[in-house]
Amino acid sequence: MAGDLRKVAYYPGCALEGSGGPYDRSTKAVVKALGLEMTELDDWNCCGAMEVKNIDPQVQTYLSARNLAIAGDMGFKTVMAPCNGCYHNLKKAEHDLAHNPEAAGVNRRISAKAGHRAYEPGGVETIHALDWIKKAVGEEELARRAKGRLAGLKVANYYGCMYTRPRHIFPEKDKGPGSESTLKPHFMDDILAAAGATNVDFPLKTACCGGAHSLSDSDMSTKLVLNILTTAEACGAEVIATECPTCHTGLEMHQVRAEKVLGRRTSVRILYFTQLLGMALGLSARSVGVQENLSDPGDLLAEKGLG
Amino acid sequence: MEVFPDILERIDAGLDPAADPGALPGHDALLADAERVIEAWLAARGEAPEGGTVEGFRLLALHRQGCRGTPSFNACRETCREIVFRRNTADLYSDDAAEALAQRRLMAMTVKHLALFVGGKLAEAGLGDFCCSSRPLRAAGGT
Repeated sequence: MAGDLRKVAYYPGCALEGSGGPYDRSTKAVVKALGLEMTELDDWNCCGAMEVKNIDPQVQTYLSARNLAIAGDMGFKTVMAPCNGCYHNLKKAEHDLAHNPEAAGVNRRISAKAGHRAYEPGGVETIHALDWIKKAVGEEELARRAKGRLAGLKVANYYGCMYTRPRHIFPEKDKGPGSESTLKPHFMDDILAAAGATNVDFPLKTACCGGAHSLSDSDMSTKLVLNILTTAEACGAEVIATECPTCHTGLEMHQVRAEKVLGRRTSVRILYFTQLLGMALGLSARSVGVQENLSDPGDLLAEKGLG
Repeated sequence: MEVFPDILERIDAGLDPAADPGALPGHDALLADAERVIEAWLAARGEAPEGGTVEGFRLLALHRQGCRGTPSFNACRETCREIVFRRNTADLYSDDAAEALAQRRLMAMTVKHLALFVGGKLAEAGLGDFCCSSRPLRAAGGT
């Protein structure tokens, strides 16, 4: 990772200003508590999400590249994106611009029309919130600050699909000890273990939740999510920790729907890893936005002495 | 409509907390179920399994074949590898019935996820295309 990791550019993306509001709130609270600094990109735009990418991937590359150009213009070498979708798209843009001359040409052409500098690959590194906290703070410091506050909490860490796939856009992963694994990611496990949590052996860490089909094929999404929830419970988890607003919303929404439509009730709670980490750092549940979640984990948090 | 009703019913019955441990299919039977799921995906594309193994497993070879021309099928790569991992771990604990059963249960849940995901893709080809394996709608075979 490049530059001073304690200060990075922040790309929240659209979701963190909407349904992922608690993720934004808890990320900011954790960053402040850890003494890190992040500066939101000026005049950032949509990363291209899934919608633009599926219509015209090169326009998506341009949209993400513009955000990287802004980060560079603001003097940053690193931009942090907590949303898996944004993180994936910024990484994909970096890869496409370096390996696809046509994409690079489209980026230069649209940038010129829009009247700004075209981003050149290699200028800014995109990292996820997990990468940032693990690398900039480290488990030892986290453990010192958290004082084992998550002790006794059994967590299944759910990374979703876009944090590790496709592998070729994440050249820094799978590099052995210290790097993230695309097959069995562990950074969230490492961070929450440092805060005292017990991570359960969970086989569906990166399994598809049918997120993109939450509305177009709700039944399929509900079945996929229900299997993730019941598997987490069978593994002994009290909480599923998430690090993506789409995964998080999907799990919460389909947990409710599974009970309504399929008559299957699950009681595993769903919290952003930043919410858990924030409470481990002594922050209140309210200050990390727990009350904004769809589900109410209040009784569990009270039982564990959190929040 | 469930695409793999027999596999899903068998796994659900075996995972029922009230069920006898023997009700859960053995790890090789679960592996065969996973292979059958991918075979159905290949059959839907008009293909026959090419044979062979990857890292000693037919399942991984079938999955690799299933991805050819359909990068979005890579979305279940880790699921297939997790199934193989759990199968090997269950096998490793052949002298520890409790641990072998625990691993077999995790394997069964993962096979179930594979059946649901591939079943979803058989019913709706776009499932999985919009997230990690997004591809352009207007360009065939794009990434």
